[in-house]
Amino acid sequence: MRLTADALTLGFPGRVLCQDLSLALFPGQCWAVLGNNGSGKTTLMHALAGVRRPLAGSVRVDDAPLAHMGAAARARRIGLLLQEEPIEFWGSVLDYVSLGRYPHRRSLLGYDPEAERLAHDQLVRVDLETLAGQTLSHLSGGERQRARLALVLTQDPAIYLLDEPLQHLDLRHQMQALDCFTGLARAQGRAVMMVLHDPGLARRRCDHAVLLYDAGPPLAGPTERVLTPENLERLYGVPVPL
Amino acid sequence: MVGSVALPARDVAAALLDHAPGPVGDIVLKIRLPRVLAGFACGGLLALAGALLQVLLRNPLADPYVLGISGGAGLGLLAATSLGLGYAASQLAGLAGALAAVLTVFGLSFRAGDWNLYRLLLTGVVFSAGCGALISLILLLAPETPVKGMLFWLLGDLSDATSPQWAWLALAALGAASVLGSGTLNVLRLGRTKAASLGVPVAAAEVAIYLIASAATVTCVSLAGPIGFVGLIVPHLVRLLGVTDYRWLIPSAVLSGGTLLSLADTGARSLWAPLQIPVGALTALLGVPVVLLLLSGRR
Repeated sequence: MRLTADALTLGFPGRVLCQDLSLALFPGQCWAVLGNNGSGKTTLMHALAGVRRPLAGSVRVDDAPLAHMGAAARARRIGLLLQEEPIEFWGSVLDYVSLGRYPHRRSLLGYDPEAERLAHDQLVRVDLETLAGQTLSHLSGGERQRARLALVLTQDPAIYLLDEPLQHLDLRHQMQALDCFTGLARAQGRAVMMVLHDPGLARRRCDHAVLLYDAGPPLAGPTERVLTPENLERLYGVPVPL
Repeated sequence: MVGSVALPARDVAAALLDHAPGPVGDIVLKIRLPRVLAGFACGGLLALAGALLQVLLRNPLADPYVLGISGGAGLGLLAATSLGLGYAASQLAGLAGALAAVLTVFGLSFRAGDWNLYRLLLTGVVFSAGCGALISLILLLAPETPVKGMLFWLLGDLSDATSPQWAWLALAALGAASVLGSGTLNVLRLGRTKAASLGVPVAAAEVAIYLIASAATVTCVSLAGPIGFVGLIVPHLVRLLGVTDYRWLIPSAVLSGGTLLSLADTGARSLWAPLQIPVGALTALLGVPVVLLLLSGRR
């Protein structure tokens, strides 16, 4: 499944964030999104996931425009990890992660009977299985981040859009999360795009990158062409050793 | 069995099972049974509306009246009564006031296919405050005699609730719709963006929740007045007992709300018999200690 952005322009009334971006995210690829604070990384992820309307341009899944796709059909294809979620959730970690099965439910009332088993498998994958019965709000920041990752993994989409997947994680779980998602791309042919703040990591672990400049058009393409010291210095305004 | 007239349990059972004629049968079948049924339906509807609005507004303090329905109904009823209109006309005016409140608040806050929930909440609160001020003014200026009856209604009172059929129909339909949508309610707890990314048509779902909660509240208010507290505390009571999944929370809240209000109403008409007090006063007196107790037992 291919995710394509055509001449995408994003922003708010009076503020343009991402001018005229075109890119194609293919199965098996792993993309990094880099940019300063406020450069539009989150806005781009939301637009690509179809939960935010672009100012101009369009997003397509294969040849179907995202804007005309039903919400549930879209959610079976595209999973979005948010940077921020409301903290108060009255329920257990397992309840929370099981909600990832919502777009796959077969009846109005429930989820498919396998929801809890699938959610539990993903909790094992992020080392949270011992906390499955805990109230979500009792978890630490990093543990809650791993629960969010498990929810997206339980959603099991073809396209993963991950806004700062590594935030709050300790070093071991950062590597584990990166291995998990690059593995999904390379071994299972999923498409992955993630917002990162470490260009070195992006260069080592991703094959493509988008640079969102504060001023001027964004740059998208294969890592070795896009992540050059000159481009990165222009992006961050400081010299970046690679 | 208890009430203004004390009846032996055996006579009550006989009246219910054999439809025995006579004064006992009349009291049980024509006065007390409808009233208990009305109490249960109202309690269930209020708890349902509270549970729905707490998800919609993402605010644990939301109750069925926060969006101005009781204010609109009260204003309509009081204005009609103080103008000297009869009982039926006043009831209709109350219903019209409630529906006007639903439409006004919705119309002011929903624009171009989307709405801002803060604007919805603030519009409702401001609308309620305005109605409250006008109600106080009417009570102050109205002649003495009808005022006492108005006060009963404003506290919430089941003594006129003799035909609960509509409320039961509403409870069945709205309760079933909410249970069918409970998977979506669960996902909406994650916030609008996350819910949208998981495939919820957010704006449509929110309008549906608003309309279901409003219909439940209007039904209850037009039957028994704005009975307080049930809609606010029953969902929390159920949550404090450990039910957080809306697939279970909705039916549990409806059942406990109905039970609580039936019991409260039984107390309201028997504790000071033959004097009857409005049930709305008693729900608060019963509910406050229960919730405080549950809260203090919580880590």
